[in-house]
Amino acid sequence: MISDPSIFSSAPTLEGSDDDQLLRVSLGPQHPSTHGVFRMNVVLDGETVVSLKPVFGYLHRNHEKIAESVTYLSSMPYTDRLDYICPLSNNWAYAHAVEKLAGIEVPERAEYIRVILAELTRLINHTAFMGFILGDMGAWGSALMYAFREREKILDLFEDLTGARMMANFMRFGGCRNDLPAGWAMQCGKLVDEYGPFLDEMEKFLVGNEILLARAQDVGQLSKEALINGGITGPMLRAAGVNYDIRKVEPYGIYERFDFRIPLGETGDCYDRIMIRFLEMRESLKILRQAIDQLPEGDYIHPKAKIRNFKPPIGEAYGRIEGPKGELGFHLISDGTTNPYRYRVRPPSFINLTLIEDMCLGLDLADVVIILGSIDIVLGEVDR
Amino acid sequence: MNLEIEIILAGIRTAIPDAGISLRKNPAPSGQHSLLVNGSNLVEVCQFLHDTLDFDLLSNVTGVDWPVPAKADAVAVPEGEATPASEGFLEVLYHLYSTNRRVGPLVLRARTADRAENAKISSVVSVFRSAEFQEREIFDLYGVIFTGHPDLRRILMWDEFVDFPMRKDYIAPDDYEYEPTPHDAVLEKAKSHYPAQP
Repeated sequence: MISDPSIFSSAPTLEGSDDDQLLRVSLGPQHPSTHGVFRMNVVLDGETVVSLKPVFGYLHRNHEKIAESVTYLSSMPYTDRLDYICPLSNNWAYAHAVEKLAGIEVPERAEYIRVILAELTRLINHTAFMGFILGDMGAWGSALMYAFREREKILDLFEDLTGARMMANFMRFGGCRNDLPAGWAMQCGKLVDEYGPFLDEMEKFLVGNEILLARAQDVGQLSKEALINGGITGPMLRAAGVNYDIRKVEPYGIYERFDFRIPLGETGDCYDRIMIRFLEMRESLKILRQAIDQLPEGDYIHPKAKIRNFKPPIGEAYGRIEGPKGELGFHLISDGTTNPYRYRVRPPSFINLTLIEDMCLGLDLADVVIILGSIDIVLGEVDR
Repeated sequence: MNLEIEIILAGIRTAIPDAGISLRKNPAPSGQHSLLVNGSNLVEVCQFLHDTLDFDLLSNVTGVDWPVPAKADAVAVPEGEATPASEGFLEVLYHLYSTNRRVGPLVLRARTADRAENAKISSVVSVFRSAEFQEREIFDLYGVIFTGHPDLRRILMWDEFVDFPMRKDYIAPDDYEYEPTPHDAVLEKAKSHYPAQP
């Protein structure tokens, strides 16, 4: 217990309460369950959480300011560093917003490549999530290694295509940076075929697992209305049964061509949040199979796409995609010059943290770790 | 998702006659037009949109700094003759969606009176909880004071920080980082802080 209260300068004051049984715990910033450098100032009554205030900013580098001081394309590699688990989704969201702003067409082949990459990214994210959440529950290591073994196979594909495992810098305004190498689509198809059995195996370990049921069921649920009002998006929202997936609601790219369903949870507790990601991976595999089979020949970037001296017309645009963690949006304002006048990232994991205190109140400290894990945050994106 | 913004505008004008609301056209191909709302009526307008028109998801809140007001009117073009603001201002944009009707974004914009003492806008947290951290972020980086916010303090920068780094006229300190081997532009800046090399 830390006796000096000054380090909690931004913690809530417990005025009127002279109950010295309350314990203040500074959870983080260096703590394995925080998935990075993230702190929660928790006030406990015994084991029960009575207040929880998140503290941000340990990884803040003012991404938006940096992006406003360079050209549009120069921010593309920097978007990789937002949610570094899913760089290609970030690339797409940014390219999507700029294409909306400037009215750029994307050729068909490029759209297919984008869908394939985005769904592979979703697989990576959700698979890694399974490893991390099991780690949070105490199954430290083994589940994560299973997950990372599969993730590495997808990263190998990314390396073949983009030259980098994680920092892809692959999308361009009007298409992609380069075409698929020979045989890449076949390799990808093979991976998709092998991924189903891996999910079966992983599900066998998890679905009826007694520890997982005990730790995750009836933990952290909120009403649908509260979640929507709190701006929660992505698997978190759908686990509570709200049918809201941007791939269906506002189809971007070519998502309306594919046959897939939106899995929905019932209660929205942590168990549903874990299981919804399993189901989403199955749907992603369905999309991937269709996209690989239908992949057309053609340009991977629009032949008239302007790379140098690119100046979008004056105006603004908000473009959003269904990222693996939720609604990933970019709001851009152009004043007709080569640099964006305003570049705003709508980070899903930052906004999904809005209701973390509401989810944790009245629960045990150990549940906080599970709830934070089930929100699935990446600090590169939270702090920007 | 096309949005009948004129119908929404008429609806708000009927329900809140003194809303002081006007349509702003977006010249970019995205075609996302916006509604400029009077800062003092913002909460009332949001409440109406939330309750009556079913805009239940406030997805994104963006702060913008406009030291030159004419630039703001070029991005959000007023209809007919509108008197431009006499001095620079800060602007906050809200992107609203409806999860039931699946429409959006409805873009609202609210402007402060100036960039100094009167940089105030009423907070919409009482209607949309999702604005809580985003408004704190705009307060932190732009210095917009959201009146009525339950917990307005810095969020990304540290509490002792004094300036607002996202403003266009912000000057970054050149000694914020220790540079063991200054080079090029850094060297030029560093000359004022480090003793001359022998």
